[in-house]
Amino acid sequence: MASSSVFLVMVSGQIESAEFPEFDEIYLRYNLHYGQDWLVTSGLEEGISQVAKKSQDDRQQIVWNFPIDVTFKSTNPHGWPQLVVHCYGSDFWGTEVSRGYGVCHIPITPGKHKLKIPMFVPESSSLLQKFTSWFLSRRPEYVDARVIARGEGREVTRVRSQGFVNISFNVIMKDMKKLGYDVLPSDVSTVNVPENVGTTATEA
Amino acid sequence: MTSNARRKRKDERLVQSEDEEEGISNPSMEGDLPEMTGTDSSPEMEAAEADALVKTLKTKRRKKKKELADEVISPKDDLARQLKEAKRKSQQKIEDAEREEMEESAPMSVVADDGTLPMPEEEERESVLEEAEGEEVRRLRKKKEETEETLIEGPPGEEEETPPPREEEEPPAKPPSPVPKEPSDEMPSKSLSIKEKMRMRMEKAKEEALSEVKEEEKESRKERRLQRDKKQTTRFDETKPYIGSPHASFEIDENELDRITEEKRLQRLERRKKMPAKGREGFQMPTAEEAFDFFTREWKDEEKEEVEEGVEKAETEKAEKKEGEEAAEQEGAPKPDKPEDEQPLITQDDEMVSDLPTMMCAAYTPDINEQIKKEGEIYFVPSAAEIPATQKVGADFEVRRLEDEGFYVGKRPSAGSRNQNRMEHRLLKEIEKGRESSRAWFGEDGSLLALPDPLRSLPSRPPMPEEVEPVLKLDYKKAVIREFDSRYIDGTTEGIGHYQLDVDLNQVFFTHHHLYSKEHALAQKLTSLYEQYVIRERKNMTAYLGEKLKALKNSALHLQDHIAAHKSEYNLTDRSNYDRRLQDYRAEIIQTRQQRDREEKTDRTLLRHILATWKAIKKERELQTFTNTPVKLQIRKEDGNKVEDERVWKQEVLAEIEELRDEHEREYRRNMLTYEEEMKRYQNQIQAKAEAQKRVDKRRKKIGSKQSIRSGAEDDEQHEKDLELLSEADLTPPDEPSHFDDATVRESVEKKARENRRRPGEPKLHLELSNTATITPTQNCNLDEQRRRADVSKCMIFVKILFNNKEVSRTNMKPLSQDFKVSYGQIYSMKIVQWPESIAFQVHESIGLGSTLVAELCAPIPDTSVTSVSVQLEDLEFSSDRKEKLNRAAVGSGMPFTYGSDNSQLEILMTTGILTYSVAWAVDEHGQALVPPALVNANTMFTHMKKMDPLAAIGAAGVMDLKKLADWFASSHLDPNDPSNADIVYLLRGKGGDTSHLTPAEYFRLEQLMVEFDFVTQQELEENKRFRLIQLRDEEVQEFKNYKMVPAHEREVPRDVFTEYERKKREEQRLKSEGDHDIETQRMAVKRYRQKIRDQVMRRFRRQAHMKNWEDMVKEDMVPNIALLGTSLMKVFARRTPLKPQRKKQKKVVAQSIKGDEVRIIVNISRAQNVPVRLSAAMQAGSGAVTSRQDTRPLEQRFYDDYKHITMVRPFVEVMFQHHCIRTSVGDGSNPSFNEELEVPFRAPFDDYSPGNLQTVPDAVFLNIFDEVVVDIQEDDRERGRMVHQRIEKKWLGSLKIPFTTIYFNGKIDGTFRVNAPPVLLGYVYEGLSHGPDDIGINKDLKTLLGLFISIQPPLTQPEPVKERFSTNEDEATMVQADQWKEQISSRFTPKRELKTFVTDVNFKSVFITRYFRPINPPDEFTGKGPELVARYVSLIPFVPDAAIFPGLCDIWNTCDQFLAMLSGDEEEHAILLVNYFLHMGIKAWLICGNAIPEGPTAYVLTEEANVHYIWNPSSGERFRTNDATCPLRSIGCIVNNENIWANIQPYDKPDQMMYSLTETSCWEPLFNNSRRNPGLQSIQPERLYYLQTDKDFVTELQEKIQHVLKNKVMDWRSRYITRWNRHCSQIMRKTLPLLEESLGKSVDQDHIKELEASFSSYKVSGFPINMPFTEVDPIVETVYATGVHGHESNEIEFALAVYVHPYPNSVLSVWVYVASLMKNR
Repeated sequence: MASSSVFLVMVSGQIESAEFPEFDEIYLRYNLHYGQDWLVTSGLEEGISQVAKKSQDDRQQIVWNFPIDVTFKSTNPHGWPQLVVHCYGSDFWGTEVSRGYGVCHIPITPGKHKLKIPMFVPESSSLLQKFTSWFLSRRPEYVDARVIARGEGREVTRVRSQGFVNISFNVIMKDMKKLGYDVLPSDVSTVNVPENVGTTATEA
Repeated sequence: MTSNARRKRKDERLVQSEDEEEGISNPSMEGDLPEMTGTDSSPEMEAAEADALVKTLKTKRRKKKKELADEVISPKDDLARQLKEAKRKSQQKIEDAEREEMEESAPMSVVADDGTLPMPEEEERESVLEEAEGEEVRRLRKKKEETEETLIEGPPGEEEETPPPREEEEPPAKPPSPVPKEPSDEMPSKSLSIKEKMRMRMEKAKEEALSEVKEEEKESRKERRLQRDKKQTTRFDETKPYIGSPHASFEIDENELDRITEEKRLQRLERRKKMPAKGREGFQMPTAEEAFDFFTREWKDEEKEEVEEGVEKAETEKAEKKEGEEAAEQEGAPKPDKPEDEQPLITQDDEMVSDLPTMMCAAYTPDINEQIKKEGEIYFVPSAAEIPATQKVGADFEVRRLEDEGFYVGKRPSAGSRNQNRMEHRLLKEIEKGRESSRAWFGEDGSLLALPDPLRSLPSRPPMPEEVEPVLKLDYKKAVIREFDSRYIDGTTEGIGHYQLDVDLNQVFFTHHHLYSKEHALAQKLTSLYEQYVIRERKNMTAYLGEKLKALKNSALHLQDHIAAHKSEYNLTDRSNYDRRLQDYRAEIIQTRQQRDREEKTDRTLLRHILATWKAIKKERELQTFTNTPVKLQIRKEDGNKVEDERVWKQEVLAEIEELRDEHEREYRRNMLTYEEEMKRYQNQIQAKAEAQKRVDKRRKKIGSKQSIRSGAEDDEQHEKDLELLSEADLTPPDEPSHFDDATVRESVEKKARENRRRPGEPKLHLELSNTATITPTQNCNLDEQRRRADVSKCMIFVKILFNNKEVSRTNMKPLSQDFKVSYGQIYSMKIVQWPESIAFQVHESIGLGSTLVAELCAPIPDTSVTSVSVQLEDLEFSSDRKEKLNRAAVGSGMPFTYGSDNSQLEILMTTGILTYSVAWAVDEHGQALVPPALVNANTMFTHMKKMDPLAAIGAAGVMDLKKLADWFASSHLDPNDPSNADIVYLLRGKGGDTSHLTPAEYFRLEQLMVEFDFVTQQELEENKRFRLIQLRDEEVQEFKNYKMVPAHEREVPRDVFTEYERKKREEQRLKSEGDHDIETQRMAVKRYRQKIRDQVMRRFRRQAHMKNWEDMVKEDMVPNIALLGTSLMKVFARRTPLKPQRKKQKKVVAQSIKGDEVRIIVNISRAQNVPVRLSAAMQAGSGAVTSRQDTRPLEQRFYDDYKHITMVRPFVEVMFQHHCIRTSVGDGSNPSFNEELEVPFRAPFDDYSPGNLQTVPDAVFLNIFDEVVVDIQEDDRERGRMVHQRIEKKWLGSLKIPFTTIYFNGKIDGTFRVNAPPVLLGYVYEGLSHGPDDIGINKDLKTLLGLFISIQPPLTQPEPVKERFSTNEDEATMVQADQWKEQISSRFTPKRELKTFVTDVNFKSVFITRYFRPINPPDEFTGKGPELVARYVSLIPFVPDAAIFPGLCDIWNTCDQFLAMLSGDEEEHAILLVNYFLHMGIKAWLICGNAIPEGPTAYVLTEEANVHYIWNPSSGERFRTNDATCPLRSIGCIVNNENIWANIQPYDKPDQMMYSLTETSCWEPLFNNSRRNPGLQSIQPERLYYLQTDKDFVTELQEKIQHVLKNKVMDWRSRYITRWNRHCSQIMRKTLPLLEESLGKSVDQDHIKELEASFSSYKVSGFPINMPFTEVDPIVETVYATGVHGHESNEIEFALAVYVHPYPNSVLSVWVYVASLMKNR
């Protein structure tokens, strides 16, 4: 057997919009965090969006429609990929500061998903720090945005919520069932996977 | 690898490649061959060929099936069809081409001259390739086959797969690529635009290239031209059909092809011109075909424009045109009915696209005016003016207005007329240009076509349902008490059941009330007494007891008679039995009599009381002159017969007396017996006493008469006894039992009878109480009474009913009746939801306003059987201790009062009463009791917990002990198969699940079903490779920490994943289990110990590493302080280009952002000093030997030049790191300056650049200094003039090893280093020494120095030191003191000085640093030896940095015994041991904490000998004077010994700038001084160290082993040459090695060199001894390899090798390796 058994998760979608009641002119970056058994076969692991302004209507939405298109190859669902979104915007002094961090798992079922992930920022460690950070517009940031995809070390941080980011995902999976992972409800998952895919085709 | 071999291989490859090429060309050749032979151009032939090719293709395809597995492959027949089609097409095309060519005449023949020439093969191949590629791309587009696959296959594969006939269609398709490149041919007039120019330039270039090729061809052809026959044209014709073949393709000349295409184009244009008319025919929407035409035609139009105007923006023009052409070509194909095949179009397209990029990069910006002008030419600006309708419709048509004709015309969408007009203009323009189809846009009325306006007139907005997040949506739900409340019957207040309690309150009656009058009180008393009387009367106890007494007497008598009668008949037991029965009777008789007497007495007193009360009432009534109560006592007297009575009386009295007598007699008899006994005793005593007295007296007399001699011992004894006897207490004489006193007994009996009984003749009294007395009306009473009665009627009474301590209802207020009764007679129904806990009644009384609680009384909760149907009223008595004053005629309550005038008898009565009530469960209309179900079923109210407690469910609630439960289960014979018992059976089921033996499980489970989730057993988990891999990865085992893509199936796990790991494990296991190798036991123990410590530390560290703190997580700026602001301000004014620039700190790079391969170590080698020079050169220079040069210069100059010109040494430095080797260029002389920057790539193990991993990197940077020696190996002198044949050899001169971790931790390393040179370097000598002993000033201990700067690029983040303060056993006060001291000093100096107060020991405890010091004995052999030997011993203990042993950067300090046990440690351990040895030797020694190069923060040793201070490097054993500039120690922070810590507070911290007098407080500040006393810290070092003698056998064995290994290795390294060993030399060297060890490896022993020189004068010897502490064999091998001794690429060389291992105690071994190469002098 030349190729080891893997399953593929193809994620396309977009980071559609955000609601940040207090802030405007925000851009975002996204990273993908995944376990050791995962491999990005195609697509971008990181991205940075344009700066978007609030809409002028009541919804006050910040729209990016920033596409995500990435395909994973994996042998093990452990370490399922997570999307880490972190937003930045310029503050009163015109310096760029972090506006929010948020994370969500890539949906584990195929199909279309709309997610709304809450965003938060780490708080300063003391009041004095808070003042100086405001004054010097050097808000505390995570050393690595990916820490929010992990549990370790979170207990030392204090965060404040900032807003929401709406994301839509279209997830396609391949060979999950073949490896024995059943992610669909039984009434949907009656897909018949022919045994001979990829092996008998050459005979024709 | 030799060049020979390389060449050979290259040759081979060449051959191979040729083969390959041949292989590539083969198919085409095959294709060619028949073509070459074949002379006719029949299509049949082609078809046959094609078929043949198809066949081969098929076979080949089949071979490649596997590779093509993933491709979607067209079915066979499909392929065949395609082939056929292609064939047909190609045929047609060929015919076309033929025809066209035939049409060509004169010009063609000229060109054809060349075209017909056979082309060189290479060219052919190229073209084939080109074609094939084009074909390939096309095919890819069409079939969507995998590109890689086919590309790899290469041209032959492609050819195989593509049918050759299709290739034949290529020539006509292909030419267009060169065609447009001929500007002269195509568009001569229009080459104005840049693009055009560009294109022209390109084409020119191509042309040039082509012409070059042609010229080449011409050259070759010239020769052949002669041979060529005259049938050129025919031949050309003949070959033409095979255009598909490479030959043919090239045979068509470009010009010719151009012409062909030009013609075709014209044809097409013609055809197209026809088309617009066609387009105008249809008024409807254009068909798909037309639409297609629309686009294609547009290109044509533009082209036309181009032609006409000569200007065109040609960005894509060419491509477009081509496309157009291509399309046209298709359409213009002779057979329009053939199936449309777009293949050629796309191919062309692709080709063009591939051409495009070269066209696009126009870097030309025209002049602005010119540009405007051009733009004006290019752009068309439509005007907004209106156009007459006729113009729009066209001249031939009439303007029709549908509206006018009566047709319905929808409302047109509103559009700006200007815009509309513009659009119309545009369209008209197009029409003008000949595009008639554009007219279709105009309607018959001349206006633009438009659909009716779809827009509504009014703006509206579709209803947008406001989307509320389902999460945020609020639903109203009635509040529900969710909490399960056990108080509620159904769990909640909204119980489904209906439960009702009925409380019937009948009446309240006060048996005493404070408004009672005296008469009332008396009447009440009378009533109660009478009630008693009635009861007693009914019982008539007296009579009953009298009868009983009679019967008993009879039985006793009977028994007595019986005993008397049958006395003889019974045996003893029977008799006693009877006696006992008799006794019992008698006792009972007595008892009964007493009882009867008592009853009689009470009867009589009761009677007397009643009568007395009645009398009192009567008296009271008289007194108060009115009657208050209806009480009336009637007494009936029954006169008895007095005589008879007396007789009975007497009889009874007599009988009683008789009984008593009997009794007394029996008593008397018993008493008499005891009396007699006692009497006897008493008398005896008296008698004895008397006798004794006598004897005593007698004796006294005897003594008095002096007869003592005779008396003897007996007398004495007797005497004593007597005395004793006399002293005894006198017994009291017993009382004699009294005789029966008849008179007194009679008296008492009679008296009793008189008291208790009706006397004879006294009438019997029968009492009867009735309420018949008339109560005096109120008006007749006195005022007091009247008021009292008014009060009574004013007094209101009500009762509250409380359910579960909550008032649920209360009765009406009812006035008290005059007889103190309140009747309610009401039923109160309560619907209940809670479990009834209590039902209580509160009796309240209210007079006027307010009310007072009289009493509270509880009613029992009725049983379920008690329903309102069956219930009976019950009485509840109550009383109150409330005091109520008596007023007027009332008696009050709780107050003393008297009846009548008699003041003697005080009475206190409390309010009491009786409540008559009933509580019962209600009954509904169906006769069902409204009782809670649980109450019905079960006995307890806790059963509602059933659901939660399986044990309770089966009725064993509260059973806590499972053992007991099991017993109970067994004893109660529960059916284990009963489903209702399933719970308990499960609970009790044992491991085997055997239900027959139910025993409680040995464990406790919260979720008993959790076992279901163990999807795999533990054993399987361990055996499964995949799970194991995952587990190990999770545990962060080094080997698997970064294992990527753990396979999904176990079978895919690589088989050898664990081999390495398991080997390591086994090693560890072996270490743990007792090693049986007796030789290496010591080493094993060391390793074991180290492993143990390591494990321990690693465990701790791992836990630590996963504990993050704020700084690890969040990036936050520090609060700036003034100093920081100051420095940043200073920066503003700082010089931009300072005179002495300082190295700036580089930004650290986070590990995550490093993607490997970027990190490199930069080694900047500035210079070397004091490199040893070649011995020969030194001799020459020293002796001033002449050279062959002409001496025309002055002597000094000459000398200098000579000195310079003779190559003394040509050193270069080689940097080796991770098997990468980079060297500098060759310097010259002994003090060369290199100034070179070398870069060595660094690759972290497992590509993990996290600090945790980096600090464990064991690699080291080796810097070796070599001398490059050029050896002339010219063998033939005759060639000397012409050829140079030399060999370059490198001779090792010294090395420097810097561990990677050192660089990593320090960030950079900068300074001059001592190179570790061997003590003896054969063939070399230090320059200073060579000048002889007369040079006094030069230090003999010269060493090579190397100036270096090493850094890592990009800088890596350094691990954060473990900040946690470890637990400690130190005194709190000392710690605080030390901290303060440290803080105070460190704040004074800006570059922080190394201050250590607390260090971490192996147990992770903070230990005060001075505790590490204590004089410790060095090994016994060293006693009396110098300190150097001790230092050497210490330095021979292997040096291993802490980070390597304990990755985690906690600097752990081991004690000396631990250090020696582990046999490895870093600077501190060495330094501590050395200090302790020195202390033991009586040398003043301190530990220096400071910075050194290259180690960074480190520990050195300071000693004082005769007021001279020395600094020792403990890890090398070297000693420096404090003013030695070469001392690697750069700064001193503090010095420590067993007493104190002295911080350096001098302005400078360099060792040579410092004062060393510790008493000077301005220089050194001690931690402990007069104000801070040393608390007397005890050392943690052992008092004494015990050394094991090293095993000599082991040493020799090891020596041999090393030698063996090294020899083999050297031979391995130079496997291409013969390695000879010179034994003689080796022996000499072996002899010298122990001498070197004795001299501590320092001074050079001249003698041995001499010896060597003498023995090997005919050789050129170069070699050196290497010394190192022994750790393992591998490092030794590595070191030898690094010296490059083996690197002599010659067979002539001989080698010598000697190994010597010097044992020191405790397995500390010094290894000497002497290697030399010997070259025979020629």
